[in-house]
Amino acid sequence: MSTHLNPGHKTSNEVARTAHALPDRFPNPGHPEHHDRRSDFDPAADKRAERQVVVLLTISILGTIGFIVAYFAAPPGQTVASMRTSNLLLGLGLFFGLGGIGAAAVHWAKSLMNDHEKSEERHPQRSSDETRAAAVEVLAEGAADSGIGRRGVLKGALVSALALFPLMIVLPLIGDVGQDWDVSKFKHTWWKKGTKLAKDPSGQPIKAADVTIGSVFHVIPADLHEAAHPLDEKAKAVVLLVRLDPRDLKEADDRKGWSYDGIVAYSKICTHVGCPVALYEQQTHHLLCPCHQSTFDVGDGAKVIFGPAKRPLPQLPIAVDAEGYLVAQSDFHEPVGPSFWDRLK
Amino acid sequence: MKALAARRRSRHAPVALLLMALLVIGGLYAILAPSTAVAAPTATSTNDVATGKKLFEANCATCHGASAQGTASAPSLVGVGAAAVDFQVGTGRMPAQVSGPQVQAKAVQFDAAQIEQLAAYVASLGAGPAIPSADDVDPAKGNVANGMALFRTNCAMCHNAVGIGGPLSQGKYAPSLMKASPTHIFEAMLTGPQSMPVFNSANLSAQDKRDVIAYIDAQKQGSPGGSTLGSIGPVSEGLWAWVIGIGLLIGAAVWIGAKSS
Repeated sequence: MSTHLNPGHKTSNEVARTAHALPDRFPNPGHPEHHDRRSDFDPAADKRAERQVVVLLTISILGTIGFIVAYFAAPPGQTVASMRTSNLLLGLGLFFGLGGIGAAAVHWAKSLMNDHEKSEERHPQRSSDETRAAAVEVLAEGAADSGIGRRGVLKGALVSALALFPLMIVLPLIGDVGQDWDVSKFKHTWWKKGTKLAKDPSGQPIKAADVTIGSVFHVIPADLHEAAHPLDEKAKAVVLLVRLDPRDLKEADDRKGWSYDGIVAYSKICTHVGCPVALYEQQTHHLLCPCHQSTFDVGDGAKVIFGPAKRPLPQLPIAVDAEGYLVAQSDFHEPVGPSFWDRLK
Repeated sequence: MKALAARRRSRHAPVALLLMALLVIGGLYAILAPSTAVAAPTATSTNDVATGKKLFEANCATCHGASAQGTASAPSLVGVGAAAVDFQVGTGRMPAQVSGPQVQAKAVQFDAAQIEQLAAYVASLGAGPAIPSADDVDPAKGNVANGMALFRTNCAMCHNAVGIGGPLSQGKYAPSLMKASPTHIFEAMLTGPQSMPVFNSANLSAQDKRDVIAYIDAQKQGSPGGSTLGSIGPVSEGLWAWVIGIGLLIGAAVWIGAKSS
C-alpha cells in the first residue's frame, strides 16, 4: 500500500503500468446523481405506498388471527393427515404473520422514509506519534525489567509451560472419543465356537432346514443380548446368511468346510468404509453396498467384482449342531469392516 | 368372455362347460372378492387346471417349455406355486414382452379368472407356495411397529426406508411398493421374484409378513411434515434447500437492497 502513497518508492514495473493506463490516484467520484422516487413528488404515489404498507401489516394481522384459529380448529390429532393439515396451517399463519411485518417494515423504509444520501467520513485509525512512542517505551521497559534476554533457564521454563498447557485441552478431546485404548477388540466379534445364528431383530435361532435356496437371513449371534453393550457388538457381528444351489457355489480349498450344503455366511460390514452390505440379488448372487456400489460375488467367496472395496467380505465358518441349528465354527478369521491398520504393513 | 371363448381353439371339446365354469367363477369372484385374488388351493377344480394348461401353452410355453420344465431363456415353473403365478401375471410382469435388465410391471394381460386358472395349472405341476387369503394380507390386522423393525432389517436396503424403491446393480432396481397390492407384496416375499431373495415362513412368519404389509400401508399416508420430496433423502432435500430456499433468500436480499423507484 505504501508504494501507492509514496511515488518515490514505486517499483519500475508499477511506474511503467501507471504511466500507460492508470492514474496515480483515482479521484473520489462522489455520490451518484440523486433521482427522486415517485412518492417524493407525487402525493398519489406516496398515498399508494402508504396503503401498500397498511395492506402488508393487515396480512400480518390476518396471519396471526389465522394461526390462532388453526391452533384451535385443526389440532394435530392422531392421524398423519391431520398432523399435516395442522402443521401446514400453523406454518402458513407464521409465514404471513412474520413475513407481513418484515415486508411492511422494508417497504416502509424504502418508499416512505426519506432517501437522502448521507456520508460519514472515517476517522483515522493511526494513533498519534506520541502515544505510539510511549507504548513502545512501556513494552521495552517491561522486557528489560523481566530480564528475559539474559535469564536463559527462566525463558526455557516459560516456553515449556506454554507449550505443554494445550495438552489439557487436547488430551480429553481425543481421549473422550473412545476412552478406550484397547484396539485388540476390533480384531474380534461376538461370534464364538458354537454360537447359534439367530434372526435379526427377533433373536430366534435359525435351523439349516429353514434356509431354502434363494433365501436371505439377516443374522445376529443368538446370545448377543448377554453382551455388555449389545449394539456395539451387533455393529461388528451382523452377518448375511444365504443359501445357494451348491452347484452355483465356488469355494476356495481352505474354506470347503466353512459352508453347509450351499448355506454361506458373510459379514455384513463393507470392507470399504463399513456400510451394511445387504442388497442381495438372488439370481446373480451379487451383493451390493448401497453407499458406494461395491459389489461382492457371494457365489465366489464374496470377492469384489465392482466398486471401491479392496477385500472380500470376511466369511463366518458355520456348521450345524445336533438339533439342526446353524452355529458358528469360530469367530471370523480376519477383522471385519473397513481397512485395518494391520493391513497397512 | 365369449370373444375369449371364441378365440380359443375349438377342437378342444368341453368349450361350453369351460365357458360356464368361467362365468360362475368370474361371477363369484366379482361378488366375493373385488380386490384380492382369493383362491383356496384345495378348491381348484380339474377344469381350472385344464383351462390353465391351455392358457399356458398359448402364452407361456414358448419360453418356459411345453410342460413348464424351463428352457435356456426362462426358468422351470415346477414347484414355484400358485403364489408366484399370481404375482408375476397379476402385476403384468409375465408374459414378458421386452428383454432388459429386469422384467417390468406393465398392464395386466389376463383377467382374474385366467390368472387363477394359470395359477391352478402351475400349482398342479408341483407343490409350491399358495396364494395368501385376504385375511393373511389384511393391513388392519398387522402390527405396524413390528413391521417397521422387520422392514428396516430385511427390506429397506433395497426398497428404501418408506418403500419407494431404489436402484440395484447394472440397471436392475427394486420397485416402489406404494402401488403394490397387499397380496402381491405377500407373494413377492414368499416367492422371491427376479432379483429379490425369498423370505419363507421360517424367516418371516405369516404374521410377520402381515406386519410388514401394515407398515407399507401406513407409509401411503405420506409424511406429517408435508411434502416428502420423493422420500429419497438428502438429494432432493438438498436441491430444494440450495436452489429454492437460498434462491428466495437471495431474492429477498436483492429486494431489500434495491432502491425504490
